[in-house]
Amino acid sequence: MRYRLRLLVLAFCLLPGWGTASLPAAPNTDDPVLEARLNHLAEDLRCVVCQNESLAESRASLALDLREEIREMMRAGMSDDAVVESLVARYGDFVLYRPPVKPLTYVLWGGPLAFLLIGIALALATLHRRRTLRPQADVSPEALREAARLLRSDHSSHPGSPIASGRASRLSHQEER
Amino acid sequence: MRRWIPLLVFAVLGVFLYLGLYLNPKEVPSPLVGRPAPDFTLPVVGRPGETFSPSEVRGEVWLLNIWAPWCSVCLEEHRHLPRMVADRVPVYGLTWKDLDREAAPLLARNGSPYVAAVDDHDGRIAIRYGVTVTPETFVIDREGMIRMKHVGPITPAVWEKKFEPLLRELQS
Amino acid sequence: MIAELGQFSIALALALALVQGSVPLVGAHRGDRRLMALAKPLAQAQFVLLVFAFAALAWSFLTHDFSVRNVAQNSFSQLPAMYRFTATWGSHEGSLLLWTMILAGWSAAVSVFARPLPEEMVARVLGVMGLISVGFLALLLLTSSPFERLFPIPADGRDLNPLLQDLGMVSHPPLLYMGYVGFSVAFAFAIAALLSGRLDAAWARWSRPWTTTAWTFLTLGVGLGSWWAYRELGWGGWWFWDPTENASLMPWLAGTALIHALAATEKRGVFGNWTVLLAIATFSLSLLGTFLVRSGVLSSVHAFATDPTRGLFILVFLGLVVGGSLTLYALRAPRMMGGGSFGWLSRESLLLANNVFLVAALGAVLLGTLYPLFLDALGLGKISVGPPYFNAVFVPLVAPVLFLVGIGPLARWKQADLHDLLWRLKWAFAVALITAALLPLTLDGMNLQVTLGLFLALWILFTVLKGFAVRLQHHRGSRIRQLARLPRAFWGMQLAHAGLALLVVGVTIVSNYETERDVRMPIGSHLELAGYRFVFQGVEELPGPNYLAGRGTMEVTSPWGRSFTLYPEKRNYNASGMIMTQAAVNYGPFRDVYVSLGDPLGDGAWTVRVYHKPFVGWLWAGTLLLALGGGLAAADRRYRVAQRRRSAPASVAGPLRSIAGEGAA
Repeated sequence: MRYRLRLLVLAFCLLPGWGTASLPAAPNTDDPVLEARLNHLAEDLRCVVCQNESLAESRASLALDLREEIREMMRAGMSDDAVVESLVARYGDFVLYRPPVKPLTYVLWGGPLAFLLIGIALALATLHRRRTLRPQADVSPEALREAARLLRSDHSSHPGSPIASGRASRLSHQEER
Repeated sequence: MRRWIPLLVFAVLGVFLYLGLYLNPKEVPSPLVGRPAPDFTLPVVGRPGETFSPSEVRGEVWLLNIWAPWCSVCLEEHRHLPRMVADRVPVYGLTWKDLDREAAPLLARNGSPYVAAVDDHDGRIAIRYGVTVTPETFVIDREGMIRMKHVGPITPAVWEKKFEPLLRELQS
Repeated sequence: MIAELGQFSIALALALALVQGSVPLVGAHRGDRRLMALAKPLAQAQFVLLVFAFAALAWSFLTHDFSVRNVAQNSFSQLPAMYRFTATWGSHEGSLLLWTMILAGWSAAVSVFARPLPEEMVARVLGVMGLISVGFLALLLLTSSPFERLFPIPADGRDLNPLLQDLGMVSHPPLLYMGYVGFSVAFAFAIAALLSGRLDAAWARWSRPWTTTAWTFLTLGVGLGSWWAYRELGWGGWWFWDPTENASLMPWLAGTALIHALAATEKRGVFGNWTVLLAIATFSLSLLGTFLVRSGVLSSVHAFATDPTRGLFILVFLGLVVGGSLTLYALRAPRMMGGGSFGWLSRESLLLANNVFLVAALGAVLLGTLYPLFLDALGLGKISVGPPYFNAVFVPLVAPVLFLVGIGPLARWKQADLHDLLWRLKWAFAVALITAALLPLTLDGMNLQVTLGLFLALWILFTVLKGFAVRLQHHRGSRIRQLARLPRAFWGMQLAHAGLALLVVGVTIVSNYETERDVRMPIGSHLELAGYRFVFQGVEELPGPNYLAGRGTMEVTSPWGRSFTLYPEKRNYNASGMIMTQAAVNYGPFRDVYVSLGDPLGDGAWTVRVYHKPFVGWLWAGTLLLALGGGLAAADRRYRVAQRRRSAPASVAGPLRSIAGEGAA
């Protein structure tokens, strides 16, 4: 990959005029590693003055100031956790897009799992019920025979009403057991 | 009995939605209340060479008002502030992001409601105070602790209901 | 004049809706055919009136009638004609009118296409829809009239929000509303079933095509919203778990569960109660979405201007509709379980599993969206719940569903053969797993997320193909002709599932392999990203119809030598002074190249953000395929057959054969 790129760059540089005018663009930052770390952190932080944007995307004035503040904190050697802590000290949990796990948010974090477990429990109960369900014994043997005859007989084009088809399909399923 | 559960869940949800109508999702309470006011030393607007720092007013109850020359609501507040405050308590101003350096001439022209206004040119001190909009006002007590943060302009009603009682308590 | 006529139309429609919402229901209860017969003409007349009202508003926009307040607030003299038209639904009032017109449209459609259904059922369905219309029309008339006049007449309007001045705005709301409102039909069917006391396979069969069609529209609507955000918001994101996005996703999740539950109810008469509850829930979520977006309860980029009074009205309406239907459910849901038995491993049980996971995912999204509100209302402070939460809970809940997609269609009803299934699926499983595990290694190295995503996508694709193979193996004759003769419902299912697989590929790859650079670019400077070379040629000023743009020129060359030019813009809109970035995107089947202007640095230099997004197009392609599948399934001939041969005597053989043997969804 790199070889091709170098070839391309060389080729472009050799073209008249391009080589001289074309400077590589400088990154918009002096420290790309720090910047990447900043962006990663800022994605999970809320721009507190915007309607609903992360600190990473927002172009609001305060958002840019906050990013600068975070940059300085990181340059001063603060860890990600320390940076987040200092922001929370000033803006509250509101600034976090990832809600902290504390008693106030147990329901939030535990909820989805609870929903799943309840759903599974209900489903298992239903399955159990359905397995042991006895067929309705109120269908007369004549009706069963009639259904079988209709199924086997030749298939003329009378689909009949949807109601009858529903009943008959149920009848036929009982019969096939 | 199980059939009534969906209705019950919805009823609970409905109550919360109703309550939500009268809340403001953008009003964020400040976690700084009850904590020491962040320290700073900033130049004073209109008095070159002078600086101000909160430690200078230790032992007094005072207000810190965050404003900006480009904030029309703040300027409106300036007009009424001296009357409401009526020298009850010193008011200091924090000029936020005054990039065009308009604060000094503006305060000179309109009259300043502040004992002194400091220039927070790059907005870094305001961030330490968790400022999100202008105007905002902090009440700081004799020990330098933030006791209240009010977001938005101070109206006479707000002054009566929120500021007066607190000031009475702090200054006694 | 036109505006007043529009207002009058709405009032008239309300009167008709009041009749439609009461008389046919009484008629159905009493068995009075004359009363029931009123339903259809009433629905159709209402539709005509609302089309007129909508046209009146659109006319006011197109002719720059600034005496109408809505036009003054949302239009502008220089606004291009297309956006003037879409501004009709760019405001709360206008979009509500669109909602109501579409509701009348669905009612009219039911009145026209529901011929094979028994009169009683149609009367009830239309009656319920009439009642819902009453709510919306009342809301329009009493609190949100789009036809209010303004005096003195302003010289010019305040312009449509620039974010809305995009192609996405033309199509996203109408399609989205077609979906939201379409579920009112499923809802009405559910209520009709509860009222009549009849809840069986036949009811499911009638309800199904309507539900699937609504789901198809909603799928398109949500997909378009996502595409629009991608184009408009300038940072290349396509889903942010914003409350309004969630408001559209929730009915979609419920709707997906619903169409799958309906399959079981139609085929085997099982899960009737659950299906009814789900239909009520889906429409309730549509209404909830409407409430959330318009009431100011949640903070969102997308929300309409907020007003607690309106919010209260909508909430009361929501309470009546949902509360009423859930009460009816509690009272009338049949105590007897219908349908037969089925085993632990069967298509029914797999559909049940599908529902369990989808509903859990739905619950998670609902919880996350409303949790800040819960805490705030209880005075417990303010928190934010954003993408990190949703991504963390949603993916694990949806992944199992994706896995089930591979098994369900191949499982038999009532009792599936485990050995048979394992045998059929073993190759699909193995090949998918190995490919998915190895592919990341050829790129950046081991990546579990990518492996999981690719495995699920390949698994679905292989099992879809296997499904075709199984279907065709019993017949002889030309393959192509056999394929053409397969039921549309089967094709629909396969295409929709395949679309899902494409979507998963898109999401997985773009989330893990997209790259970006944020750079300062003087004129003539270049930048390399993912093998592409970008040369910046500066920004020039260019006036647009209602804005002044700084238009950048970026020459791009692909690794294969192809070159193209992109023109990202930064627009300053004349009326509002709002500044908006318009990203420039080069769309491709395997990647998008995305350029967005930042800020000027002086001397013609600018900061620029450049993105390379591999496979992002598969997101939209997958969504389209998903919708196509839905459309096909809804158009299955068995729904038409009943229509053509309505008057035939009661014989049972034909449809039995078509239902029982084929195993179509």
